Amino acid sequence: MSELALREFHSFQAAGKDFVYLVPSAAVFELDDSSAAVINRLRERNMSREDLARQLSTLFPTSEVAETISELLRVRAIGEIGVPEQKAPKVLPPENFPLTTMVLNVTNQCNLSCTYCYEYGEDKIVDTENGEKPKFMSEETARQSVDFMLREAGNNKVAHLTFFGGETLMNFPVLKAAMSYARERAAETGKQVDFSLTTNATLLRPEIIEFLAENRVGVTISIDGPKEMQDQFRVFSNGKGSYDIVAPKIKELLKRHRSRPIGARVTLTSQTLDIRKIYRHLTEEIGFWDVGFAPVTTSPSTKYAIAESGFDAMLEQFRALAADFLEAALENRHHGFSNVRDTLEEIHKGVSKAYPCGAGLGLMGVSTDGDVALCHRFAGSDAHRLGTVRDGIDRLVQIAFLEKHHVDDKTDCSQCWARPLCSGGCYHEAHTRYGETAHPNLHYCEWIRGWTDTCLKIYAELSVKNPKYLEQFDEKVEHEASEVS
Amino acid sequence: MKHLRSVNRKAQRIARTADPRNDVVALQGPAPTPQPHIPLGCTLIFSPGWEADQNGGTAGLCTPVERDIFDCHEGCFWPAQVPDQLNHAPDWTAKCASAQKDWRKIDLVFP
Repeated sequence: MSELALREFHSFQAAGKDFVYLVPSAAVFELDDSSAAVINRLRERNMSREDLARQLSTLFPTSEVAETISELLRVRAIGEIGVPEQKAPKVLPPENFPLTTMVLNVTNQCNLSCTYCYEYGEDKIVDTENGEKPKFMSEETARQSVDFMLREAGNNKVAHLTFFGGETLMNFPVLKAAMSYARERAAETGKQVDFSLTTNATLLRPEIIEFLAENRVGVTISIDGPKEMQDQFRVFSNGKGSYDIVAPKIKELLKRHRSRPIGARVTLTSQTLDIRKIYRHLTEEIGFWDVGFAPVTTSPSTKYAIAESGFDAMLEQFRALAADFLEAALENRHHGFSNVRDTLEEIHKGVSKAYPCGAGLGLMGVSTDGDVALCHRFAGSDAHRLGTVRDGIDRLVQIAFLEKHHVDDKTDCSQCWARPLCSGGCYHEAHTRYGETAHPNLHYCEWIRGWTDTCLKIYAELSVKNPKYLEQFDEKVEHEASEVS
Repeated sequence: MKHLRSVNRKAQRIARTADPRNDVVALQGPAPTPQPHIPLGCTLIFSPGWEADQNGGTAGLCTPVERDIFDCHEGCFWPAQVPDQLNHAPDWTAKCASAQKDWRKIDLVFP
């Protein structure tokens, strides 16, 4: 008689109940007493249906155990030994996959000199000072980019155009020109274009704020927290901190620009890891709607790189702030810790990713001279070019990229339960750490698993205590699509 | 489902499609129960280009040589020479997600 064994899943508890997160389907199921008992017995050793029924006979009738086993088999939480697991074949996305978001690097110049900057600092890929790329995008290239975007958007009704830099607002005239051209062309092709930008806020002037508000431009501000943290890395070229310049400008923006929620995007370093303090400052004192955190991307040798112990400390802090999020969500109050909300949405839908992100697929970055790259972080890098806005995408290069970066080819990930959500992590992070975009980001596996576990618990608890809250994730909230870090 | 509560949308979809009562489709017989793959006899499958290329050498094989190792038990060229993956060594290839890349990670198996 064939024996039963556990298949791949992550089990966790929330609200006093048992749950499983199945891999690779990314389904979340709550277990009742009998299914939890079956799983616990199989955790000790593999056994046949009869043995299971016998062992559990004092607790559950045989028919109930049999029923439980067949349900667990059906969702593939358990399987029969000797029956090969039905692996989904590696399938590449269809050709001409529509472009959802185009990130336009309107300049590679910046008026700040943040020490950790991946574009300017020690880990930069592109020579922004002496390289051949123009420092500012021309109006013509911007218009060609818009044409490219609308062409590549295929049947999508909405295209997202995100402006990025360098410091985006250093090329405000081209941004304005690109927007009006995009509106015009979109109207002709029956599409809509959604606009957003990322800025360091130093160049926000009343007329710019007015323009952004009037045109419903989504705004993400790069800011690291209170003065002492902001001024540690986000400095001008003379070393002077930028907090005193940006804080009043951001408050002005938040006061006038009410048509879209405005988010802060924080870069965490080994020296600025007090997440709750940063969060409180940015929401309560400055007034941001939400705050997203990301650890700095850098080679491990820099002094601001987050070491392994730092990741543990960061996870603790994330958990503490996530607990605040849960408390708010249980009472249907807004909480702006966007890292949790983003992950909850992915858990809710049950995404199981073949690729860590949409780079090179639904998202592309355009450099100042019109080269198309995987994403904004690679814009201008010849080694990561997919084509140009004038000649389009080189499909062979794109297919080779997708072939190489599929999660099925990441051996390190093949045994990890968090792979449906992580899929190996950011290509740019991997490139900086390991010199290879296809390399899984092994330095933060523990952190990803810990964080995914935390978010699963929050999700499960909400599903028990406030299931209505999760319905908001059924339809994608439009403004979130525009966030670019 | 009585013993599992579908929590997220994916789970609900799985529960719907995995429910055998929803499985009846016109002209469809009962769903086949998955069976273990049992190698029977020697090769019935011939992967062209497997042992020699068109010049009689091995440089231009249309199937990479590393793939042979899987042909040993799945296409069953030499069924006896690979570990018994049904009973004794179910995790034999666990470290090998992609044969062409990871074949070195397949180790010996000691009974």
